[in-house]
Amino acid sequence: MITNAFEYYRPKSVAEALKILGEHEGEARVVAGGHSLIPMMKLRMAQISHLVDLQDVSGLKGITVSDRIVIGAMTTQAELLASRELAAAAPLMLEAALQIADPQVRNMGTIGGNVANGDPGNDMPGLMQCLDASFTLVGPDGSRDVKARDFYQAAYFTSRTDDEILVAISFEHPKGGYAYEKQKRKIGDYATAAAAVQITAAGGMVSAASVAMTNLSDVPVWSAASGAALVGTTCGPDAVKAAVEAMLKDINPGEDNRGPVAFKRQVAAVVLGRAIARAWSRV
Amino acid sequence: MNDQTPTHDERVAGLKGLGSSRKRVEDARFTQGKGNYVDDIKMAGMVYGDFVRSQYAHARIKSVDSTAAKAVPGVIAVLLAADLAPLGLHWMPTLAGDKQMVLADGKVLFQGQEIAFVVAEDKYALADALELVVVDYEELPVVVDPFKAMLPDAPVLREDLAGQTKGAHGERVHHNHIFRWELGDKPAVEAVVADADVVAEEMVYYHRTHPCPLETCGCVASMDKINGKLTLWGTFQAPHVVRTVASLLSGIPESNIRVVSPDIGGGFGNKVGVYPGYICSIVASIVTGRPVKWIEDRMDNLMATAFARDYWMDGKIAATKEGKITGLWCHVTADHGAFDACADPTKFPAGFFNICTGSYDIPVAWLGVDGVYTNKAPGGVAYRCSFRVTEAAYFIERMIEVLAIKLNMDAAELRRINFIRKDQFPYNSALGWEYDSGDYHTAWDKALKAVNYDALRAEQTQRVADFKAGKTRSLMGIGLSFFTEIVGAGPIKNCDILGMGMFDSCEIRIHPTGSALARLGTISQGQGHATTFAQILATEIGIPADQIVIEEGDTDTAPYGLGTYGSRSTPVAGAATALAGRKIRAKAQMIAAYLLEVHDNDLEWDVDRFVVKGVPERFKTMKEIAYASYHQAIPGLEPGLEAVSYYDPPNMTYPFGAYICVMDIDADTGVADIRSFYALDDCGTRINPMIIEGQVHGGATEAFAIAMGQEIAYDEMGNNKSATLMDFFIPTAWETPHYTTDHTVTPSPHHPIGAKGVGESPNVGGVPAFSNAVHDAFRPFGLTQSHMPHDHWRIWRIAEQLGLHG
Repeated sequence: MITNAFEYYRPKSVAEALKILGEHEGEARVVAGGHSLIPMMKLRMAQISHLVDLQDVSGLKGITVSDRIVIGAMTTQAELLASRELAAAAPLMLEAALQIADPQVRNMGTIGGNVANGDPGNDMPGLMQCLDASFTLVGPDGSRDVKARDFYQAAYFTSRTDDEILVAISFEHPKGGYAYEKQKRKIGDYATAAAAVQITAAGGMVSAASVAMTNLSDVPVWSAASGAALVGTTCGPDAVKAAVEAMLKDINPGEDNRGPVAFKRQVAAVVLGRAIARAWSRV
Repeated sequence: MNDQTPTHDERVAGLKGLGSSRKRVEDARFTQGKGNYVDDIKMAGMVYGDFVRSQYAHARIKSVDSTAAKAVPGVIAVLLAADLAPLGLHWMPTLAGDKQMVLADGKVLFQGQEIAFVVAEDKYALADALELVVVDYEELPVVVDPFKAMLPDAPVLREDLAGQTKGAHGERVHHNHIFRWELGDKPAVEAVVADADVVAEEMVYYHRTHPCPLETCGCVASMDKINGKLTLWGTFQAPHVVRTVASLLSGIPESNIRVVSPDIGGGFGNKVGVYPGYICSIVASIVTGRPVKWIEDRMDNLMATAFARDYWMDGKIAATKEGKITGLWCHVTADHGAFDACADPTKFPAGFFNICTGSYDIPVAWLGVDGVYTNKAPGGVAYRCSFRVTEAAYFIERMIEVLAIKLNMDAAELRRINFIRKDQFPYNSALGWEYDSGDYHTAWDKALKAVNYDALRAEQTQRVADFKAGKTRSLMGIGLSFFTEIVGAGPIKNCDILGMGMFDSCEIRIHPTGSALARLGTISQGQGHATTFAQILATEIGIPADQIVIEEGDTDTAPYGLGTYGSRSTPVAGAATALAGRKIRAKAQMIAAYLLEVHDNDLEWDVDRFVVKGVPERFKTMKEIAYASYHQAIPGLEPGLEAVSYYDPPNMTYPFGAYICVMDIDADTGVADIRSFYALDDCGTRINPMIIEGQVHGGATEAFAIAMGQEIAYDEMGNNKSATLMDFFIPTAWETPHYTTDHTVTPSPHHPIGAKGVGESPNVGGVPAFSNAVHDAFRPFGLTQSHMPHDHWRIWRIAEQLGLHG
């Protein structure tokens, strides 16, 4: 369980990091908290020649709550949990972060690493899609924003190019009721199924709903149809059933040690139903 | 005597002897990270070794090319089977009378098997070199199912055994067969089964799992070429056995081998056996003349060193229509993997599985066990239990439940009417054991009352009605378990390992100023021996436990013993400690008599001193006696105050207990919430109640893990699917249930202090309690048997198969 030999860099700025990436095109990778990449390197499933550690890069940490909520990519899960401002502005983030990993991992693991790695097991990508977040990527040609809902292409494949660095995540102030519901085998485990739900209401009816799920496909699944099934309803059993059925059409779980496909589909249905009910109860 | 003299009770308390919840003396270093484990050992010139392991479960090794690996700077040697063959060390004997490849000899038989041992100056060069050893495999058909392994046309796994129709335990009836072990009266049982009012039949599978100690296995071997002395530090649960085996294999005199077990981070049976890493490290140290360290990583540990369980237990239990059991039939298909490397007493190829009549008075029984080879890792060790006792307890506690279903009876009542009665002890079981003592009815009634059993059943009835009415999707299970362990192996007349009798030992030195050193043949892996053995001794010899140092694990200093596993330390070494203490006290009495100028018989023992009978102000304390023993000429007595005792126990001990688990189960997601877990243990005399409680918490947590998710799983190709802690379930504090502990005390009549051992009881009794709770939740819907582990999807599958998902 020892990685192959690699060159280690600890740049102080994004520009410096980008320069190193450019000099070692295809052979360099950035590392944030390291909780996805380092184990892969120790198993020698990832052989990286040039590792660019972002922890000394200035300006990548911190949570700003103003017109939008902006979170620096190197902000740790523990820092997300500690922010009262964030908890007040986006309580869904708090509820989710509490269900991610364990305290030791949260002290190192970052939101940027969580969303950028493209691991279908990670919780934050689905959550970001639910919140309709944007990811700010900086590359040699400048900066661009990509919607979380457009970011994920396949397991470990995203629209971030090898010479780009994710620097920040931002989203509008979420409105209405929220819930993050996750079933897992133990603390620290990836989800068997997890659901992120935001619902707003007007006049006792659902006015908007955003629904995303985690680890039920090779990418996070934001289901427009599932959310739409709730809009204009009172979130009663029929509406929830319709939303769940719409989601079940969009997920594509595989069998693994957590269980067979039929089981995962049923858990997905139950987890989503609970998340919707809880979000509605908080509207 | 004056007001300053401590009272009798104060002096008893000051000893911190038997019954004291003395704090663990080990924890000061463990909780500060100051333990000294094998991987903490650093020696000048030390080099590192590790294995190239097989990717395949069954393959011929056509060639191994180590050229590129040897070219890595810092690589010293690459050992292959051919290098060990001239020494006769490419195979090694197992503790079960089989033999095992040290390095792949022509073929590999399980994924993770050792093929080459690479030695390098540092761990980094080593890791690079491992990657560069090129193994040319020719894949062979894989067998992971023991029943398929026994089919006539099954692939031949052990070509080395071709034509051998006799194994270490008798006849082999098939090329993948290891042994058949039979006990009991088969015709009598078959007659009872044929005529019985009721017969319940079931196949009960106890899945493969792994002890997975926090610290993996490892060693440092150092051959001193000047004086010819081999020193071997390692994670050994039985250091003296390792020394003897090392001497027999290498030809080095035992006097020139020193085996040291330093602090050990959990064993649970995983560290009893002899592994290729030890052999290769020793050979590499002899070849290189340098100390060689080998430490497993977690994947190595889960893939290659000893697993536990993997027993298919086919049962028939016969009873009258009133529920009185009349006979038990059991056939086990035991999957041992590629080599029979289980660590049982030699005469017991299925360990003490013949305790499978459990806590019940069963007049006739028959047991047959067939051991089978498959393409899985070797092992079959006693994971926090006495040899195969968890399997036996799980089998009978499932069969009782299955019988209760068949009889439409309450399972608590069925147990009650079949318990061995208090007046039947010592009780001779149908499969050959003499249970030393027990009071099962008292324990059971106490347990049922403590959990308010009748109210729980009423609640469950209401829950079932609500579920059927669509008011809830949650079910409730009440898991009952009553177990009898058999521990303390064991009497030399029937317990040995490779001919080494399973006695144990204690050697005591009292120092002139009244403190003491005691050394034992056992070795703590976290059990707290330094705490509890001092307590036994404190009560025996009247020296405060805080002034008694306990040492174990260094064969150059400790007396010979068979080590720590199977809850044998307290029953065997604990007895040796008490008896050695009594020898000390006997000599002390003679010394006191001389000093007080009275006859020996005129003295009586009082906590920490000998007192002249009827003259309480005339006494000599142990402290005074100790000094006199060294520094005063006493006619007829040698100077000094030392004793040694080697204890061959007359019988095993039979701890027992009653466990009850209450669980709520979500029928749709398979999530099970443990609402409560009550554990009543009767381990005889209680040495340290706090340590007992800790042992129960730990063992019950391992039981929870095993029952609810922990497994070593293979796919059809023999790939290990659970070789990391992502998938191999170790509960964290979050998942671990709350435990309520309780006890009764029924001392062992043959043990010097009446203690029976407790460390493994909670695993033995806990697994059926958790599993029975799952089964019980679904009993009203027609479930009879569903195999562990009861992880979410398997519980979901029960509900699915019972049609509970609509």
